[in-house]
Amino acid sequence: MSNLVPVLIDAFSVGGLYALTALGIGLIFSVMRLANFAHAEFVTVPAYALFVLSAQPTVMAISAAVLVAVVLSLATERAAFRPLRGIDPATMLIASFTVSMFLQRLLVFAFDSRLKPVDPLAFLSGSVPLFGVSVNLLKLTTVITCLVLLVALTLFLKYTRFGLEMRAAAEDFTMSRLLGVRANRVIATAFVLSALLAAVVAVLFSAQTGFVQPRFGLQIVIIAFVATVIGGLGNLLGAAVGGFLVGVVATLLQTYLPPDLRPFREAFLFLIVIVVLLFRPQGLFPARGLKERI
Amino acid sequence: MSALLEIRKLTVSYGRITALSEIDLSVGVGEIVAIIGPNGAGKSSLLNAIAGVVPAAGGSVTLDGTEMLRLPLEESVRHGIAMVPEGRHVLPGLTVLENLRLGATIRTDLAAVKADLEGFLDAFPILRERRGEPAGRLSGGEQQMLVIARALMSRPRLLMLDEPSLGLAPRIVGQVYDMITQTRARGVTILVVEQNARRALSVADKTHVLNGGAIRLSGTAEELSGNPQFEAAYFGLRASVDE
Ligand SMILES: Nc1ncnc2c1ncn2[C@@H]1O[C@H](COP(=O)(O)OP(=O)(O)OP(=O)(O)O)[C@@H](O)[C@H]1O
Ligand SMILES: [Mg+2]
Repeated sequence: MSNLVPVLIDAFSVGGLYALTALGIGLIFSVMRLANFAHAEFVTVPAYALFVLSAQPTVMAISAAVLVAVVLSLATERAAFRPLRGIDPATMLIASFTVSMFLQRLLVFAFDSRLKPVDPLAFLSGSVPLFGVSVNLLKLTTVITCLVLLVALTLFLKYTRFGLEMRAAAEDFTMSRLLGVRANRVIATAFVLSALLAAVVAVLFSAQTGFVQPRFGLQIVIIAFVATVIGGLGNLLGAAVGGFLVGVVATLLQTYLPPDLRPFREAFLFLIVIVVLLFRPQGLFPARGLKERI
Repeated sequence: MSALLEIRKLTVSYGRITALSEIDLSVGVGEIVAIIGPNGAGKSSLLNAIAGVVPAAGGSVTLDGTEMLRLPLEESVRHGIAMVPEGRHVLPGLTVLENLRLGATIRTDLAAVKADLEGFLDAFPILRERRGEPAGRLSGGEQQMLVIARALMSRPRLLMLDEPSLGLAPRIVGQVYDMITQTRARGVTILVVEQNARRALSVADKTHVLNGGAIRLSGTAEELSGNPQFEAAYFGLRASVDE
């Protein structure tokens, strides 16, 4: 029982990061039906900013990483996705793939592809007692940060004007525009929120792994994509729950699988995904009317 | 009466299909103008082109002298055009109240928005009663009332309605048309499209018969009902509605 607490904190911290990543992808998907693969670089690039600024004070490095993520995401939207708006989702998917590859190559070019050490949250390296056991402070902070962000995002979407416009656009973009909702503003809001979530993931995840490399974001984003499919494409709650579940299951498999089988933990994870989709092809929480147009 | 909406040689095509060819139409301030016509006549294309939902291949649409074509879709409501599209289009997962609030997206006079909102909730007790529920759960008639109220929350100069009686029981259609005449009484100009000719004719100051992408006949209800050509067209319409 006593070693259950650290395992759960561990599982929740991974699940939380996947949930934030899946939400970042889900926000953009819900307003513009774009499965944004470049979300991987929205995570990787700010992690490199942390590496570049590792000599600077923590607050400064993290603020810069957040800023880098936001600027990158708005620039990507402007340069790559805006000209393609309204084009079929498959083309947009390819475009996001291209952006992702391009940014990844750029990182290899600028930094080569070796691992770079990062430790943005060094002051959280200790442990604290919780329910009578000692718990890693960084993991606990990760769990709490994810929770706070989930609540903040929910409140934003539910109670602010921007949030209302985003939910409207997610339901029926054309009708929302007829009511005066500005397409550019809603989409920019989605990209900014997505970038904020990506930057937080970059900070917390790089603090856990201790290094960054050009495919740093990709490993999380691929799993998060799987999570959004499990959760139900186009549904934010589903994305968050899907991300959380996938992270928790992956960690539990890592902990409880016999050591010989641990290298195959991803295979087990995908097996579970296949089983889920066999029984619920639309995901756990299917979205209403994915496409409603006038 | 001076014209609020002036349409000149408006053409709409989808690829090789021409849905509207060189339509001329004007709607006077405070008028109710009805467009009737069978399935595929181009009625929705007309409203969608005016609002900017579909691009026009040619011609011009001016509201009070301002060119509307080629403005971004979200600008038409800022110029005073509110549209209730075919099929109602409530935002189904948003609450009744949120739908109404979105109708006032363009407004900054928040106190007056609140008053308008209360006004609609008073006028439609069922909307007040169900204000916290997802709009998708309302009945068809309730949804129609909601989307008209939502459109009016922008305080438009021109309200466009695409087949507001579609799929509604006759009693509900009566309520919808009462709402339309009340709206005009408050000074809003109305352009309504219907297959249900009789109902639209009864409230319209002027009616145009659209068929095959062109206006075939125009006139007041009396002028049209005395016109043998219209009788033929009208019964043609009714036949196409009944089948
Ligand atoms: N998005 C589209 N792509 C291709 N053709 C279209 C499209 N929308 C409409 N059309 C065609 O344009 C013509 C006019 O259609 P429109 O919807 O304007 O007619 P309508 O009078 O509103 O008909 P209904 O009574 O069925 O609503 C029809 O021939 C229709 O098939
Ligand atoms: Mg139509």
